[in-house]
Amino acid sequence: MSSLFQDIPEAPADPILGLNQQFLADNAPNKINLGVGAYRTEEGKPLILNCIKKAEEIVDNSGKFNHEYLPIDGPTEFCNASQRVLFGDTVDSHGKKFVTVQALSGTGALRVGMEFIKKFFPQGTTVYISDPTWPNHRNICNAVGLAWKSYRYYSRESNGLDFKGLMEDIKGAPDRSIILLHVCAHNPTGMDPTPSQWNEIADLLHQKNHVPFFDCAYQGFASGDLDKDAEPLKMFVRRGFECLVAQSFAKNFGLYGERIGTLTVVSSSEAVTKPVRSQLKGIIRANYSSPPGHGAYVTQVVLTTPALLEEWKVELKGMAGRIHDMREKLSKALEERGINWPHVMQQIGMFSYTGLNPKQVEVLIQKHHIYLTADGRISLAGLSTKTVPVLADAIQDALRQSNM
Amino acid sequence: MIPLLKQSNRLFGKQVKNNSANKKFVRNSSVWSKVVKGPEDPILGVSVAFQKDPSPKKVNLGVGAYRDDNGKPFILSSVKQAEEKINATNPDHEYGPIGGTPAFNKVVQELVFGKSSEVVSSKRAVTVQALSGTGSLRVGADFIKRWINLPNSGDGRSIYVPDPTWGNHIPLFEDAGFTVKKYRYYDPKTCGLDFNAMVDDIHKAPKGSIFLFHACAHNPTGVDPNDSQWSQLSQVCKEKGHFSFFDLAYQGFASGNPEKDVNSVQTFIKDGHQVAIASSFAKNFGLYGERVGALTLLTDDSTQAENVESQLKILIRPMYSNPPVYGSRIVTTILNDPQLSQLWRTEVKGMADRIISMRSLLVKHLAQNGSKRNWKHITDQIGMFCYSGLTPQQVDRLASEFHIYLTRNGRISMAGVTSKNVEYLAASMAAVTKDA
Repeated sequence: MSSLFQDIPEAPADPILGLNQQFLADNAPNKINLGVGAYRTEEGKPLILNCIKKAEEIVDNSGKFNHEYLPIDGPTEFCNASQRVLFGDTVDSHGKKFVTVQALSGTGALRVGMEFIKKFFPQGTTVYISDPTWPNHRNICNAVGLAWKSYRYYSRESNGLDFKGLMEDIKGAPDRSIILLHVCAHNPTGMDPTPSQWNEIADLLHQKNHVPFFDCAYQGFASGDLDKDAEPLKMFVRRGFECLVAQSFAKNFGLYGERIGTLTVVSSSEAVTKPVRSQLKGIIRANYSSPPGHGAYVTQVVLTTPALLEEWKVELKGMAGRIHDMREKLSKALEERGINWPHVMQQIGMFSYTGLNPKQVEVLIQKHHIYLTADGRISLAGLSTKTVPVLADAIQDALRQSNM
Repeated sequence: MIPLLKQSNRLFGKQVKNNSANKKFVRNSSVWSKVVKGPEDPILGVSVAFQKDPSPKKVNLGVGAYRDDNGKPFILSSVKQAEEKINATNPDHEYGPIGGTPAFNKVVQELVFGKSSEVVSSKRAVTVQALSGTGSLRVGADFIKRWINLPNSGDGRSIYVPDPTWGNHIPLFEDAGFTVKKYRYYDPKTCGLDFNAMVDDIHKAPKGSIFLFHACAHNPTGVDPNDSQWSQLSQVCKEKGHFSFFDLAYQGFASGNPEKDVNSVQTFIKDGHQVAIASSFAKNFGLYGERVGALTLLTDDSTQAENVESQLKILIRPMYSNPPVYGSRIVTTILNDPQLSQLWRTEVKGMADRIISMRSLLVKHLAQNGSKRNWKHITDQIGMFCYSGLTPQQVDRLASEFHIYLTRNGRISMAGVTSKNVEYLAASMAAVTKDA
């Protein structure tokens, strides 16, 4: 019988999530997973935050929450509290011009935002994404039918930010392009612009009438301080930019699989917020009707209960601190092996762009059962004091092998 | 139609200060200024009006979620027990697989096809978790648009939906790039199924068209084809080489028997159709806000199923990466536990039975209130909704004079009817239809 689907070819596995499958299938006892950007404890276990545990008890037992449908754009309390975390005091000065809707974590926020852009911007509007960037950014643009181009970002030669290239490429983009920017802890490189560079970027975007689309997936994970990490975003808001912001609570709340996040559209006038909200709701309704409740309520409880909010900030500092500690330990271990990698300490956030090439990556995977993505990105959250020297040895081996 | 934002040639904004630390500028016009306000959700409007009404007698017949006999949301015991069972394991919140867990997808297939079904044992069906019914329909729509291999694909993709259908079907399929066409379905003269017209329209459609069917408990009419009619529909679709997409939002909730409620799907599969099924666990598990659902596609064999699965994941990744785990864990736990599974079946039958009994009571009280109209369709129809046959004017009167709220198409959500308000409802309906 000839199938309706007979000519469908098998698609390649997702580079990041497929790697995870590979890792799980590996029987080596000492395997190390540095693939997915999910936080792990020193013992290599997922971490359920205490503030989350407590909030879950409240959600389960208070009788205030049930499994009824959420509003299409998510609970108002959840959205307002999430906005406050992200935008800080700019909510007071500019908040009336924000439209915040609940979204399916960072991916879902980006998707709704891109669909919105596709509907309301001129045909041919191009989205500029960093080279490199999280691979799913490209997938989302493609899925929605938005053209995308890269702006230079990471320089392999210097193992640092190619700021000159970035500015040239953004200047060369047609006016009123969409510029996708990572608010902090750039994924995958870990290289963030300095405050002064951020100001120059803002100047250029203003000059070109570009519209920034901020991806904020690691607030609190970069410096350990929520406000500090969001400072570039707040600077743009204070300067009156209209923009979109995708906020993820996957990593900083450890709520990965619950798919919790928000999308905010920042406008220059209150008058447009009603139509904007109604159109965002229309997009959401035609995609999945309304967002999931459990994770949203848990997040809401933490953000609106002062003691839990404080506890969260402490736990965030703990996670960011442990990652920073791994950077230091790795940097030292590499030094001890005669490998000088200053970028390990210069980069920030969950990831490090090691600079290893695909062949060297294969050595790590096949010979040492250490899993990382082909672009040489490691998730430091997957390291522990015990495994740092193991990784350092493996890197030394890989570098040595490619010199043969 | 949503107009595209037109590009303005004007310079945007004037710099107010030159100080780089304090730079502000005022845009003359927002980049969002061409965004027009979208249409209000008609069902939401009913809720809003109901909330505003201070009358103690008010009745909300616009509600899209099950209510118990006290008009309260019903949290199933099987769900509560499953949550306790899950919490005892101290679960994490790690990412689930893009297409959902194998355990969840397996119990979905067993529920839809039966544990001993050839479909399950051959592994030729592929199931992916998705965000309730809507998300499953959307992933299915996007997948079909991209991949389906049908003769006469012609001028682009059309999909045929019943007239009327759930309001969200239309924007959903249009957003996915389909032209939405309608096949005749509901007969307002009988408040029943216009079967001949339905068959006629299926026949008239070009070969290899895509048809959306409500597997049971049609929303909004409550009018379903009977078993014999489903067989005939299957034959017509087979003759024409049509592709059938089933919206299965009420399995177990319609008759009270989950197996009976998928008879339409089983009939089509027996006849050799490669159907698609969008399953929702919103109503039958009361998990509305947790967005639990699944999309299932039938293929020739397990290899094809794997290929299809890989391409579904390619679609899902840029939508939301992976589905929410909380609700799917509950469904998996219940369906894998014999005791919880049995309890669930009892509870879903309880919900269905309450609605069936409300239908009976309503008809009885309408007669008792002296209404001469034929209200038989109320008990003929099935599921959450009832197409009462009330006109928009009569609906308006119910709201303004009697504080009873329903959508202007005359759709009653039976979930909003209780033993405490059914007599009042009947009296009110009798009153507004007295001289009609």
